Amino acid sequence: MTALLETKGLTIRFGGLTAVDDFNFVITPGELCGLIGPNGAGKTTVFNMLTGVYLPTAGTVHFDGARINGKSPAQVAALGVSRTFQNIRLFDELSVLENAMTGAHRHAKINLFDSLLRTPRHYREEQRQRDKAYRLLEFMGLEDRAGLTARQLPYGHRRKLEIARALATEPKLICLDEPAAGMNTLEKGELSILIRRIRDELGVTVLLIEHDMKLVMGICERIQVLDYGKTIAMGTPREIQNNPKVIEAYLGGE
Amino acid sequence: MLRTGAVLVAGIIGAVVLNAVLAEFIDDYVVRVINLCGVAIVLAVSLNVINGLCGQFSLGHAGFMAIGAYVCSLFTTTQRYYDAASAQYVSEPSLAARMAEMFGADLAAAGSEQLQSIAAWGFLPGLIAGGVVSALAGLVVGIPALRLRGDYLAIATLGFGEIVRVVITNIPQIGGATGLPGLPPLANTSWIFAVCVVCIVFSVNLQRSTFGRALIAIRENELAAEIMGVRIARMKVMAFIYGAFFAGVAGGLLAHLLQTISPATFNFMKSIEVVVMLVLGGLGSLTGAVVGAIVLTVLPEALRDVEREVNLPGIRMVVYALVLILLMIFRPQGIFGQRELSLKLLRRVIPGGRK
Repeated sequence: MTALLETKGLTIRFGGLTAVDDFNFVITPGELCGLIGPNGAGKTTVFNMLTGVYLPTAGTVHFDGARINGKSPAQVAALGVSRTFQNIRLFDELSVLENAMTGAHRHAKINLFDSLLRTPRHYREEQRQRDKAYRLLEFMGLEDRAGLTARQLPYGHRRKLEIARALATEPKLICLDEPAAGMNTLEKGELSILIRRIRDELGVTVLLIEHDMKLVMGICERIQVLDYGKTIAMGTPREIQNNPKVIEAYLGGE
Repeated sequence: MLRTGAVLVAGIIGAVVLNAVLAEFIDDYVVRVINLCGVAIVLAVSLNVINGLCGQFSLGHAGFMAIGAYVCSLFTTTQRYYDAASAQYVSEPSLAARMAEMFGADLAAAGSEQLQSIAAWGFLPGLIAGGVVSALAGLVVGIPALRLRGDYLAIATLGFGEIVRVVITNIPQIGGATGLPGLPPLANTSWIFAVCVVCIVFSVNLQRSTFGRALIAIRENELAAEIMGVRIARMKVMAFIYGAFFAGVAGGLLAHLLQTISPATFNFMKSIEVVVMLVLGGLGSLTGAVVGAIVLTVLPEALRDVEREVNLPGIRMVVYALVLILLMIFRPQGIFGQRELSLKLLRRVIPGGRK
């Protein structure tokens, strides 16, 4: 199977600090992979390099055969990479439905005059976006909240809405940055089922950053562990759980 | 499309009827204030797209107005100026007059009434040309907007407005610092409110479309918008072009309402005035922009009477400033916040109404 996303020697330095050092990673279509590590290990920095937010100091990122390091976030999005944010970044003044519709904006094939003059093309586009957004809200279990503004949503639902919005861009790969943070046990259980359904039913490859070990170990097929910007382990959940280096990174050594 | 078309046609007919009614029953001074309100509404609603929806703080609206005003005047007004090289006064006929000449009109023999009707034919093309040239300027200003944020953008756009003003001051052919007198009084209530209707209808349509949502997304969280595939550069420039177009048209209207324009008409206080209208009404709310424009146009005029009563000349501007300060203390989000006037809001506000 050829790789969907492949990074080689990915490195980024901020001044004297090497936040991520020689990060090599492969994910094939249809996989559900986890990226874990203690706080400050550089996981979110990896996501930022994958999605064009940060420019890597060295190394390459290939997605679907094309080199994407150096491309802007919007260009990366256009190729089919989407993500959520650790610190939630919703459009607070827009409604829940409109937030999800914004994800579908990039596929709009109408111009400004269609909307100003309300041509039939405009109405078709609105309908397409609304249907798409509503389907995904249903998928995430948010359809009852479609009319609220995003600001009014409780925390767990905000995280889910971010996922719905990212899915509306019709990505091939979705990068979830701590989707379970702040959720209770019940919500976490629901979420792990949802994440698996994203891969199984929507056919989207999933890369997951998460601190909740039960969730990560329960759904990821392959895990890579970062500590101080370096990969210290990779393998199946069982292998990771028994890896002495991982245990040391999390619990501290002698 | 049918609905938008119907609303536009109805609105324009309404403007013509309003014009006839006002001219018949209302005194000229009040009509003039109403007309100024109309121009202010176009200005505030168009700036709302840049400042309110897209969140790009622009102080360049006076610059766009000036461009629109001067371009429009070229179409309708004979430009007279002192030519230093030949040491004599030169008179350049308006573009409308030149067109008429090309079609065989004899300007030298034409009476003043005929000249006026020729000028009137130049008004609509002038307004459109003013809007288009101003929109091009919007394109030029929109590009630095991609690199600047917040205060820095405000200063850059302020600089743009000042550049326009200084450039006009130094072109003697369009009146230089003394300005351009003798513009024909073409901007009546019909014209102003017809433009008003077009501007409001288009802005509502813009706001409630995928483009409007993309603009708001940029305002709310630029990084998230970009990750969702919103083309930030294109959308920001589009907002500037849209806003500049209507500011240009409004400039053309104002010029033919005041009948005299000079660079001082379009100084940076004019830009500030429009921003204050937006902030007062509620930044990001189209309804707020309309209300803010009306309040800030009517208030200083209404206070004239108060000034006469208490016999304290100048107190008017003190009260005006006080009203603004009090509003900012007690309702910093503006009268409407980011809400729009809609049936839903009315039902909530009116006691006993359906929820």
